[in-house]
Amino acid sequence: MDTPAKTSSAIPPRAGVGLKAAHYSPIQEQRPDIGWFEVHAENYMGAGGPPHRYLEAIRRDYPLSLHGVGLSIGADKPLDRDHLTRLKRLNERYQPGLFSEHLAWSTHDDFFFNDLLPVPYTQEALTRCADHIDQVQETLGRQMLLENPSTYVTFEDSSMSEIEFLRSLSERTGCGLLLDVNNVFVSATNHGYSPEDYLDAFPIERVGEIHLGGHARDQDDAGAPLLIDAHDRAVADPVWTLYARTIGRSGDLPTLIEWDNELPSWQDLFAEAQAADAILVQSQLERSRVAR
Amino acid sequence: MPSWCKASWSEAVSLAELQSDFIDSLRTPSAAAPESLATPGGMRPNRRFNVYRNNVVVSLIEALRSSFPVVERLVGEEFFKATARAYIDHEPPRSPLMFQYGETFGNFLDAFPPAASVPYLGDVARLEFARLNAYHAQDRVPIAITHLSTLPPEQLGEAEFQLHPSLTLLSSRWPVFSLWAASSEQQSAQDVNLDTGEDVIVIRPEYNVDVRCLPSGGYSFLKALQDGASLGDAAGQASEATENFNLAHHLEGLFGLGAVCAVELRNSKQ
Ligand SMILES: [Fe+2]
Repeated sequence: MDTPAKTSSAIPPRAGVGLKAAHYSPIQEQRPDIGWFEVHAENYMGAGGPPHRYLEAIRRDYPLSLHGVGLSIGADKPLDRDHLTRLKRLNERYQPGLFSEHLAWSTHDDFFFNDLLPVPYTQEALTRCADHIDQVQETLGRQMLLENPSTYVTFEDSSMSEIEFLRSLSERTGCGLLLDVNNVFVSATNHGYSPEDYLDAFPIERVGEIHLGGHARDQDDAGAPLLIDAHDRAVADPVWTLYARTIGRSGDLPTLIEWDNELPSWQDLFAEAQAADAILVQSQLERSRVAR
Repeated sequence: MPSWCKASWSEAVSLAELQSDFIDSLRTPSAAAPESLATPGGMRPNRRFNVYRNNVVVSLIEALRSSFPVVERLVGEEFFKATARAYIDHEPPRSPLMFQYGETFGNFLDAFPPAASVPYLGDVARLEFARLNAYHAQDRVPIAITHLSTLPPEQLGEAEFQLHPSLTLLSSRWPVFSLWAASSEQQSAQDVNLDTGEDVIVIRPEYNVDVRCLPSGGYSFLKALQDGASLGDAAGQASEATENFNLAHHLEGLFGLGAVCAVELRNSKQ
């Protein structure tokens, strides 16, 4: 069997986009100058067929990041071993530069709920998540990144902040963190705290990747704004501003544009990635000016 | 553990309990938000909780819409959404692989009273699911019909065929191919004559999923081959079921579709 990995695995510290089947053709025709692609692991867990053929072709030309959406790390129940095995196989086949999953749960009583449900920030949940992350990293034989969630509710029993929870998990398991700046803005708005304070307190030295995506607006029970992590539109202006602030602190990081619903044309998606690259360049210039 | 232990821990709900309650509320549209949630401004966060309920249902409806576009076209968007909602409630996914969700949608439609006036819907759903299966199936290179001429003629009748992993056979009492073809080409399915049934083969030897209507006798011939019958036995069964069964014609069609991946002789496997 030939290995598809002709391009280095390492994800460069520049912009990439989430790969969608609708964009296979324009990408193959144009071979755009983009840093890397990220795929949802679950979409490539079939035995064969066009998804693998396209992904192999793209992997030959670009570094790839594997992003799981169905592992349910925050579930009380044990991880699904079959699913772990499928992840391991994908990881071996495509040699992604990064592998990430969410601080969330989506399974219960053998059912899969296809959404990222919120985790209470308790000692018990911390222990459970840490055990699950250990198991993932052991099975895959690599470090994983854990992504901060968008949330709409909080739990009475939470005994620590989200940042404390993520930091402890990262310290206990050695996992890295994926910082989704849109998720920070969504959660901060929904729970009434400052996204700047959150970002400034985030353990930035543990971050291996940034996510940017679009959100929708709704209202909560008291009529206050409630933002929904919809990934169905362009990145909002305040999120770009927070992004610039974040990389001002962290330095260059691989930055993904997530757009999963109401898909744009390839050109429009590519333009979002170029906007992120422009901010990365600007930040480099500012840092070199300060250093001089 | 002494029994008073539980009481002293009563403030903290276990993660297992918390998640059970969360799911119970999630699956009951009329239920209030779970007790474990914080109450911003002293209000039960029903609208906030509803975002999760909505995300789950909408994402699963979308998954079914993208897997069963022709079923949706046949019944219209509103009816499809209501039907999908009932199915999701009846049979939530058990796997995070969304392209595998809906395997039982056809059976559900067969028994779904509001869809009783569209009795062929279940068969159309099975056809669409077979296409999805074919798309994601194991890849395998088909062999050409010329391969048969390399076998000793006196042993041909003993030959067993390994069919392509992406292949599905469907036998319908409805004109399921014509209904599917008319609807998937944005034509109206209303002109399709519902009097005759159709047999269908779904296969993906390369990039594209092929859906073809099988000629008379084709289904029993292929079904027998699929079940492991030898070429001679399968042809015999098809001849019994169909007058004037033309073996050469069917073999040509079968190999032409890329449906055969290997031929083995029963005694000397090759
Ligand atoms: Fe994200």
